Amino acid sequence: MKIIVAIKQVPERDAPVRIAANAKWIEERELQWAMNEPDAYALEEALQLKEKHNGEVIVVSAGPERVGSTIREALAKGADRAIHIVCEDLGGRDALGVAKLLAEAIKPENPDLVLTGLQSEDLGLGQTGVILAELLGLPHATLILHVEKTDAALKVKRELEEGWFQEIEMPLPAVLTMQSGGNKLRYATLMGIKRAKTKELRTVNAAELGVDAAPAVTLEQIAAPKKQKSTQILGGSAKEAAAALVEKLKTEARVL
Amino acid sequence: MNVLLVLEESGGHIKRVSWEALAAAQRLAPAEDITAVVMGAQTEALAREASAKPVGKVIRVEHPLLAQYTPDGFSLALQQLIQNQNATKWVVFPHTYQVRDYAPALACRMGQVLIGDVIGIEDGPFFTRQLLQGRLNGSYRHSGNGTCFVSVQSGAFRAPESDASATPAPITIFTPMIEPAQIRTKPGEPFRGSAQTVDLGSAQRIVSVGRGIKDAENIPMVQELAAALGAELAASRPICDNGWLPMERQVGSSGQTVAPKLYLAVGISGAIQHLVGMKGSQCIVAINKDPDAPIFEVADYGIVGDLFEVVPALTEAVKAAKA
Repeated sequence: MKIIVAIKQVPERDAPVRIAANAKWIEERELQWAMNEPDAYALEEALQLKEKHNGEVIVVSAGPERVGSTIREALAKGADRAIHIVCEDLGGRDALGVAKLLAEAIKPENPDLVLTGLQSEDLGLGQTGVILAELLGLPHATLILHVEKTDAALKVKRELEEGWFQEIEMPLPAVLTMQSGGNKLRYATLMGIKRAKTKELRTVNAAELGVDAAPAVTLEQIAAPKKQKSTQILGGSAKEAAAALVEKLKTEARVL
Repeated sequence: MNVLLVLEESGGHIKRVSWEALAAAQRLAPAEDITAVVMGAQTEALAREASAKPVGKVIRVEHPLLAQYTPDGFSLALQQLIQNQNATKWVVFPHTYQVRDYAPALACRMGQVLIGDVIGIEDGPFFTRQLLQGRLNGSYRHSGNGTCFVSVQSGAFRAPESDASATPAPITIFTPMIEPAQIRTKPGEPFRGSAQTVDLGSAQRIVSVGRGIKDAENIPMVQELAAALGAELAASRPICDNGWLPMERQVGSSGQTVAPKLYLAVGISGAIQHLVGMKGSQCIVAINKDPDAPIFEVADYGIVGDLFEVVPALTEAVKAAKA
């Protein structure tokens, strides 16, 4: 089975964020970066499918040069090769613009299966996989926890709301967006990290893919959220804060 | 400026979040320009329910192949409906798992991009949605021509009341052309996960733990606090993903929705998927080391600090108060 995994590099979860001077995005210079966690689950699923059914796992990622480190991480975990779509203006493109880049890079590979995370941790659009399926002309399913390959088809477990699930059968090739938690994520081994250096990492310039970058939807401005409630912050040492909180819960909120 | 409002049903009734989407639609156009859309194989009762709301008209998009939701069936049917309508400027959806599954493909088919998970609409219109797990808000604009697709986060808009005395909106039927071969996926019947033995929904007090706890072996510390408070223990998604607590203790869009008297969030940053499951709680307390964590936006009381110091101190203080 030839499996493509589309991954995104995102700011590390705990990295402090500062709004950039133009208020269009955050200051990126001192940020730490990581693989988008739902994409890590997509990669894990791909690696497990390969272990069961043989084949090849190819990682695709779009972004500037720094994305290379996340691609190397995926190769170290076990992906066979990678395609880096070098794109300096990823943030200026909307979900359709980004999916078009990925689709153009994926098409010549003719994969059996395309996996990606259900959403990114930075923009949280949750659309790339679904649009990708549409652009590739393939059936899709989202929020998938388990993938089972039958003869020429797939049986997948889809998460619904409030603790419900559903099984879906679909033909291959197909696109799936993976929910987190279906598998346990593996770490890269030292051997894996060593091997990754010898694996093929092909770069393609976004401009070469002939994709229209004009967005239908634009992010105009970012800002700190307005508070919905006025929070009483209880200061002092841990002990003092704890005592103050218990007092408030007893006498003010009356919930103890 | 015509609006198509796509309603979603569950168990034969329109979901409440669909009416919240109606409130969002009202920000874009007056009621008479809003067309409510119900979809399925038998939609008469749903249409009647919709016609009692402040909308201009109701369209039943009906076809035997829409009996069960599939992304192919719903995209195809709505694409045909939009093309059949006169100049639809907006298509508004509730932001449900189902909508996330097909609306991006539908928008793409029409050369558009869904503005998803919207929590506010400002004059312009500018659509507010959350970024970086709720740490920032982004203001989005539809820059192209043509139809704009918008989905609305649950709990962000207040659903308008039905007016029993008003004349019901007129109802028409639209029959899309769908061939069985066009539906490529075969959905099974929904089923419950593991047997639910924990009913967080009826708990008076909940102590909920998140990523900040760092390791499974630290969970007992939070368990002790829960025991001291007489509270149920719950968690955000990553804790259950890691198998540190069972899935049935998960609060949020994919877990349980709770509204206890006291909700104490320990080391939970407060991504929107978690907040939708608990923000109706009467009193919310957050303990987190990051003063900018979005959980503080909904908290009544907060302690900014190291949970490994605060939680044991709080357990002691609760015990002392009860003694």
